[in-house]
Order: sequence, then structure tokens, then C-alpha cells
Amino acid sequence: MTKLRRRFNPTVFLLIIFFFNSVLRPALALVEGGEGLEEEFTEELLLKPLPDRKVLAHFHFQSSAPPSIANGRHHRLFPKAIAQLARKFQIRELELSFTQGRWNYERWGGFDPMSAANAKPPGVELWAAFDLPLNEIDHTWKNLTHALSGLFCASINFLESSAAYSAPSWGFHSNSSKLRYGALPREAVCTENLTPWLKLLPCRDKTGIALLLNRPSIYRSHYHSQRLRLIASEFTGIILEQALTVVLQPTMRSNSLASSGYGFLQPSWSISSLFGKEVVGQCVLAKTSRIFFELEKDLAFKVDKLQPLSSWNTSAFELSGIPNSNIRELNAVKNLGSSVLYVFEVSNSNDHIPLDVGIRWKIPLVWSCPHAPFHMNRYLMGSGNERGSIAISLRSTHLHERFSKASDGCAVHAVIFQVVPWYVKVYYHTLHIFLDGKTQIISDVVRKMKISPSEDKLSPGSMELLLRFPCNIQSATLTLDFDKGFLHIDEYPPDANQGFDIPSALVTFPDFNCSRSYQLDDSIHYKSPLLSKFQEGNPVQTYTEVLLVPLTTPDFSMPYNVITFTCTVLALYFGSMLNVLRRRAGEEERLERTKASEKPGLIPLLLSKLSSKLKIKGKEPESSPSLSTSSSILGPKLLTKVMLVGLLAVIWNYYLKNG
Amino acid sequence: MAGTRWYWPLVWAALAFRLFLVPFADNLNLGSRPEVATPLTSLRRLAEGYWLKQSSLSPYTGSMYHGSPLLLIILGPLTVKRIESQPAHLYCSLIFVLVDFFTAMLIRAIGEKLMLTNCNNLKLLKPSKLVESFGGVDAADIASLIYLWNPFTVVTCLGSCTSPIDNLMVVLAIYGACSRIVPLAAFGWVMATHFSLYPGILVIPVLLLLGYGPDAPPPKLFPQKHSNGDGSLVHVFSWGPILQFSLWVVIWSCYVLLLSSISLKGFDGLYDMLKKTLGFILTVEDLSPNIGVLWYFFAEVFEFFRGFFLIVFHVNILFMVCPLAIRLMHRPCFLAFVYITISATLKSYPSVGDAALYLSLLGLFANELAEMKFSFFLFCGYIGVSLLSPVMHNLWIWRGTGNANFYFATGLAYACLQTVLVVESVSTMLNHDRKLKKELKKT
Repeated sequence: MTKLRRRFNPTVFLLIIFFFNSVLRPALALVEGGEGLEEEFTEELLLKPLPDRKVLAHFHFQSSAPPSIANGRHHRLFPKAIAQLARKFQIRELELSFTQGRWNYERWGGFDPMSAANAKPPGVELWAAFDLPLNEIDHTWKNLTHALSGLFCASINFLESSAAYSAPSWGFHSNSSKLRYGALPREAVCTENLTPWLKLLPCRDKTGIALLLNRPSIYRSHYHSQRLRLIASEFTGIILEQALTVVLQPTMRSNSLASSGYGFLQPSWSISSLFGKEVVGQCVLAKTSRIFFELEKDLAFKVDKLQPLSSWNTSAFELSGIPNSNIRELNAVKNLGSSVLYVFEVSNSNDHIPLDVGIRWKIPLVWSCPHAPFHMNRYLMGSGNERGSIAISLRSTHLHERFSKASDGCAVHAVIFQVVPWYVKVYYHTLHIFLDGKTQIISDVVRKMKISPSEDKLSPGSMELLLRFPCNIQSATLTLDFDKGFLHIDEYPPDANQGFDIPSALVTFPDFNCSRSYQLDDSIHYKSPLLSKFQEGNPVQTYTEVLLVPLTTPDFSMPYNVITFTCTVLALYFGSMLNVLRRRAGEEERLERTKASEKPGLIPLLLSKLSSKLKIKGKEPESSPSLSTSSSILGPKLLTKVMLVGLLAVIWNYYLKNG
Repeated sequence: MAGTRWYWPLVWAALAFRLFLVPFADNLNLGSRPEVATPLTSLRRLAEGYWLKQSSLSPYTGSMYHGSPLLLIILGPLTVKRIESQPAHLYCSLIFVLVDFFTAMLIRAIGEKLMLTNCNNLKLLKPSKLVESFGGVDAADIASLIYLWNPFTVVTCLGSCTSPIDNLMVVLAIYGACSRIVPLAAFGWVMATHFSLYPGILVIPVLLLLGYGPDAPPPKLFPQKHSNGDGSLVHVFSWGPILQFSLWVVIWSCYVLLLSSISLKGFDGLYDMLKKTLGFILTVEDLSPNIGVLWYFFAEVFEFFRGFFLIVFHVNILFMVCPLAIRLMHRPCFLAFVYITISATLKSYPSVGDAALYLSLLGLFANELAEMKFSFFLFCGYIGVSLLSPVMHNLWIWRGTGNANFYFATGLAYACLQTVLVVESVSTMLNHDRKLKKELKKT
């Protein structure tokens, strides 16, 4: 090779380079990028200390494929399986989440883009909007569930049955009749779901940020949610967003336990202590690869008070790495402080200089997370397995006081979306709304309502409510009565006595949008998908708890007994009735006659019969009933027969004894 | 007779007792008892249906309401009206008290008609021995008092379910047929069939009643005694009322369907209604426990046998219709009682409301069935089952210490009791006829 290259004429080499530059490159660019776009992949990680001594790690991977057809069906970076899925099922938007644990809205925040977009209900949640005519959607959804079930090794195919998914019209997402929503709260999420999810990344978990996804530390966490979101359109192409959110408890170091001044010192941690690994270089295919370290608004405000927050080493804490830059949030309300993001570029690290972002606290700090306007709780009332009621309670966090300064006409809107499986038979006419403990007339509070009652074994019940509360209420409670259904034995899961889960209800506050605006300096002028997501924001939404409804079980071991017992009763009815109807008067009287002369024991009976026959024979002239004539006809014959049989028996006995 | 002097005080006392209990109906919580309210008759479901209709959905969306749209029109508005600190369905309960009163009065009227014809027939047969064979009790008063004071009826009346109305319609059909008011009979029959399907088989007793008149001893006896007298007028099948009846049935059913379709205008219409009412009865979709046996059977039976057994159970009701009609042709009222009992045993969602009806109809034949066997056993059985069944239900559903089988066992026992009752009463009635025949022969 070297010889060859040496022998190469430099002019020819230059010519070739020129040719490449002038002719091929534009062509290639056209082929690759369509309208100047390329397939892109970015990886980002956001770390954030939480007020309750835990750490939030949010991995965000985004791949996008341009809408070109120049590449045919091939992709450089974009996972082919997903592209095929999107194309085959004509998906406009899809979101699939696997979650274990419950997001703690009170402690981990309920009014920031993180919780609004990434807090998900336990188990599997899937929704998809299709770009298809209405009559094909249900069929496509069924196929989609099967495809996803195969792709992610999960029982998403249970969402196939029409009793498992619903079609919300406005309560869940924007107005869309082509959206289907299903949730499996019972689904256990484990590593077999994570591995196929990681397979979709171009570098898998071999290098880059995904290297940190160490299974034991993820599945030890208090909450983890892996999400996949797909947005496809003809203009933007397909964007695949994969996010994994983990809330970890950092291991305590002995010195951090020491309490100093007031309260405990927050635990100090770093990436290596959380995940057991360090970041050693980025995924080479990633366009950008960075780690953000976020300080909560309230925390930043408190640190600011001690010492203006600009460097990475303050009197309150010390970051273990040197951030490349920091970004301040632009906040409308100045006196409340604004969150700070420290940016670490992964591209600067390699095997020799691993990046180990961490924090070491110097003084104990107590702060709180931004809360949603209401804290949601959902619980069951009543006892026994016959009926009960669901209550959704909203507790005000007095957020509105900060936003709109106590005007009388001020109101908060809330959209409640709840899906209830068919075996929980909700009586929607029993909807009661209590504001601060006082019953309200429904029409005063409910602005808009869409209810589709459940159909036995066919469709779940879904309820979409738009409520309007006055701002100054302390609490609001909604109650709904229900009857518990009874299922066929085949419909119970193997652990029937554990109970059935009612999926989480979703409460959205459309008045509140948790977008953040950052003052982005020139050093990070390039796009960051995570930050742009934060800037976009979402309406604030909260998922409630999953409810566990115990249902009565029949005896699973009894089918044969039940069938035989029931059929016996039926046969008893049928047989005895037919017997009564078929009985004739003549037979009856004869029977009565024989009964009258009936005596216990076989031989006396026979004797009595014999004697009665003889008597009848003797008294024949006097006896008037017509029946006796028939018996008198039978009499001698029967007598001879009996005697014959007796004789035979005696002979047989004698013969046997002799033999 | 002793009964007549005390009759009206007892009637008023029964009504007063009901009115006294009505304010406590909510505390008694009878409306959600499986023995009282079935998915078909529950007033709570009716309220849900009415609410759905008010919110411009079809009352049959979802699988809550399975009753008639006409009941929705009548009772629906009453379920919404509330008075502070009073039970939810106060107005409906008051209506049911009235309905119960009417039913009792109609049963009494039927009884009086029966006694009158019985008297006439016996006079025809043997004027001399009239007093001693007819020396029983006043069956009409007894039957209506049984209806009013039967704990089952009281519970049904207070339990906010619509079965008192079903019962009224059945009794109305029989009364109409007894007194040959053809439009009334047709109306009762059509409405009863519309409400709960099973009274459909009552068409045979109603036709027989219209054709032959009320119960009489077997027709064979009459020609023997009065071959040359005025006895021949008793048993001539008259076709006139039958034709009238069929005409009226057509008119009333068209009317009912028309009213239903008007009240369901804008929704899925009649097909949906039929599917959700009749289909629901025939396919036993709701497997919640009741005092019958079918719920547990269909909760346990293998799915691929389901269709077969559905047919078996429903055909079982129909199987007996013809033999019974042939054998008891001369006693149409009794035939109606037998049909009602059989369908109460084998229907898909039985309740004690059905038992209340057939037990009071049983009272109409107190004289004929005086010699019934096992009557004490049956009495004890009914008491035992009605005490044990709630206990077992409580153990299973509320405490979780019992098992479904315990409750099912009481259901089985109840089915057996009903079987014994119906079989014994039929056999006693046949024996009674035989005895009449015998006595006639003796004289």
C-alpha cells in the first residue's frame, strides 16, 4: 500500500481530490440529506440533585431521519425497526413508556418540564396517533401492539383487546379522534425491556453516555422510566426520542452523615458513585454529547444568597469536574431565582481523562421543588368486594397566589382523564364534586364532559372532564361510585387474589405551561434537543396513583362440580315434573294398593304379595274394583313363575353343593 | 269468615309498615342486595340510564341499563328528584308502595273470580256436598295478604328495584283474562313480556282463561253428571276473545315499540334496545351473584360450552310448557302460577320479587292445595335459605372468609326448594282433581 501511494502521481491525486470536491460532494450531500438535512443522533444526560437527598439522572437520546426517500429504506443512524414501524402503521405520533416506581410530585417537582414530560404512570403506557382513515385505526392499533410487544419483549399485546384501550377525544392530548391510549399498570419492567431499547441507539451501550446505563444501579433506583417517543411527519421526517429517567439514592459516605449546623448535609455523589462507571468519550456517531448539571430554582436562589452563583466552586458546593459553560434560566419573576445549568462536553474526555461529574456539598441546604397547582391523590373508598367509590382529590399548593395576585374572578382549569376497566362498573350519575368539603352542583364546576361508559368485556369506561375551580379553594374532591364486576374464571389472571389495577388518571392543567427560557450564550449556539424540549414546555400534568381493586374470586377448582350440581338440580326438576305429569289415575291407585300392603323386608314383602294374590284369588267374586281383575289375571301366571324360579334356584343350589 | 273482618286493617297495616320503612330504605341498603335488585331491575342502573339519556347519550351505551325505555320515562325523572336528608329514591319507593297495593287488590279480585267460578262449578257438580268440600278459607284474601305481608315483597318494595312493576303487569294480565277484559289482558301480557321476557309463556294460560274461563274441575267430570242439563255451557272454547286478544296484542306491542322508538329517537334505536334488553336476558352476560344458579354456572363453565348450556337452560323452561298446558288445561290460573314459578327458578336473573309473586299466587289455591306434601319442609326451607343466603353472601363478599361455593350452595338449595314446591303443587292439584272425580263416582 505504502509503495503504491508513494508511486502515485501527486497531480493525479490532486485531480481526484478536486473531482471529489466539485462533483461528488454535492451529490452525496443531496443523497444523504434530502433537503440539506442529515440523519442525526445526539446524546445528553441531565443530572440534578433532588431535595430529598436523591439524584435525578435523565438520559436523552434523539435520532432523527429526514423525510428523504433518496436512501430508500436504508438508514445510517436511525434504527430501521422504528422507521419500518412508523411507515407501516402510518404513525403520526407514538409514545411508549416503561416505568417502575412512582414519581413523587411533592418532592421531585411537578411544575418543571422534567416532570411534565417524563413522569409516567407505573407499568406500560402507550399512546399513538395515526395518519389513517378512522375505520382502519383500531385494526392498525392491534397490529402495532403486537409489533411493539415483539420489539420490546413486553406484554404490550394485552392492549390489543378492545377492553384494554380507549380513544380519548380531548382529555388526553389535543383534539384528535385518531388517537388510541392504553395502559398496563401491572407490567413489570426489567432489563429485557431495556436491552431492546438500547439496541435502537447507534452505539448501543458500548460507548458514550449510554455506557453509564449499568443494569444493577438502574433497577435499584426509586423510580425509573424508559420512554420512547416517535414523531413522524412528511415534512420533518421521523424523530425518535429515547429518554430514560432514574431517581437514584446516592450511597452515603461516612463523613457526609455528620450533621453540621442545622439539618443533615446532602450526600455528595458523582457519576462513578451512582453508576459505577465514568464517561470515557462520546459515541462517535453522536453529533453532540453532553452532560448537564442542573441546580433547582430554589436551590440556586439559596446558593445565590450566600455567594453569587457563577463559578463551579462556591461556598455551598463544589462540582468535581470543570464545566465548559453554564446557562442561566431567564425568569420572569426575578425574586424567585432561576435555575442554573452547568454544561460538560463529553467530547473532551477519553480513556485517560474520564469525565466524572459530581458534587460535593459543603454546607447543608434545604430547598423545595416547584409544585404543580394541585397535588393529586386518588384513592378507593368503601370496603368489601361488592361496591366502592373512587375519589380523586386535589389539594391546592397555592401556586396561583404567586402568578395571579388574588383576584376574585380568577379560576384554575383542570382536565381529568381517567380510564376504568370494564369490571369496575362506574355509575357516572353518582359523580359528586366537593370544594373545600362542600357539595357543589356539577354544572357549576364541570365545563365540559365526555363520558363513554364501559361495555362488559368490550370496552373500558373513560371519563374526560374539564373542571373550573376558583383559585382560592383549598381542596377539591371528586367521587364516583362503582360496582365490582364478576368475571369468568378464565378471565382472572393467575394471581387473582392480588386484585386488579385501575390505570392512573391523568390531570392536566392547561393554564400552566412549564416552559423555560434560557439565555444561551454563543458558546453553545448549536442545538441541544434536551434544552429545546425544555424551552418548548408542556402543560403541567400529573398522573395519579394506580389503584388496586380486589375483586371477588369464584372457586377456581370447581367447574366440574358446579356443572354437575347445577345439571343435577335441573334434572331433578325436569324428571320429577315429568313424572308427576305422566302419572295416570289407574296406575296411581294400583300403586297405592301395593303401598298399603307394603312391609319392610324382602321376604315378608314377597310373602305378603303371595298371600294377597291368594286372597284375591279367593275373594274374586266379591271384589268390585276393576283393577283387581287385571291382577287376578296376572296372579296364577306370576305364581307359577315365582315357583318356577324358586324351584330352579333350589335345584341349582343342590347341584352346586353336590358338584 | 275470620279473614274478612281483619282483612282491611291488615292491608292498611301492611301499607303503613312500608311507609314507615321507606325513610330508612337507604340505611337498609336493600337496593344493592343481590337477592333484591338484579341487573335488570336495579333502580340504580335505571338512574344511570336516565343520566346517560339526559347527557344525550343512548341509555344503552355501556352495559349499565337493561330495562325498558318506558320505565326510564316514568321513573327516570323521579330518580333525580331528591329531598334533603331523605333517601335517594323516595318518590320511586312511594310509587312502589302504591303498585304493591294495586297488585294485592288485583290478586284479591282474581281470587274472588276464582272462588265464584269454583262455587258455580261445584254447585253444578254436586249441590248436596257443596259445603263440606268448599269449607276452606277465603283464598282471595289470603293470597293478597300473603302478597302484602310477605317479607320478600316488602324487601322488594323498599329495595328500589322495578320488579313490583313487573309483578303488577303479570297480575294485570291474569286479572284481565279472568274477568275477560281483553284489552287489559293483552296490555298486561305485552308489558310484562316487554319488561322481563319470561312472562311471554303466560300467553297460553291467558288464552285458556279467555277461551274456557277461570279454573274448573276437569271437563271430563261434567258430561258424566250433566249430560242432559245446563252443564254443557261450562266448557266450550270460545274463539271470539282469542281473536280479540291477538288483535289487542298486536296493537299494544306496536304501541310499545312505537313509544320506545320515540323515546330512543336519535340514538341507535330499537335494535340496540332489543339487543341490550332481550339479548342481555338470554345471553346471561352479567355474572354477578344472585339467588339463582346460572351466574355461577356460567362463571365456571368452559367457554366453548357456553352456547350449548344457554340453549339448554332456556329450552328447559319451554320444554315443560306444552305438557303442563295439556295436563292443566282446565285450570289456567294454576297453570299461570306454575309457569311463573318455573321461570322464577330458571330465569337468568332471578330475585325474591319473583318469589313474592308466585308465593302469593300459591295462596289463591289454598283450598285445593291444602293436602300438599312437604309444606312444612318447604316453609322451613324458604326461611332457612332466606336467612342463610345473606349470611353466606356476607361471608364471601364482605368478610372474605367464606367461599363462593357456600353462597352457591344456598342458591342450589333455593332452586331445589322451588322445584319441590312446583312439582308438589302440580301433583297435589292433579290429585285434587282425581279426588273430586272419585267423590263424584261415589255419589
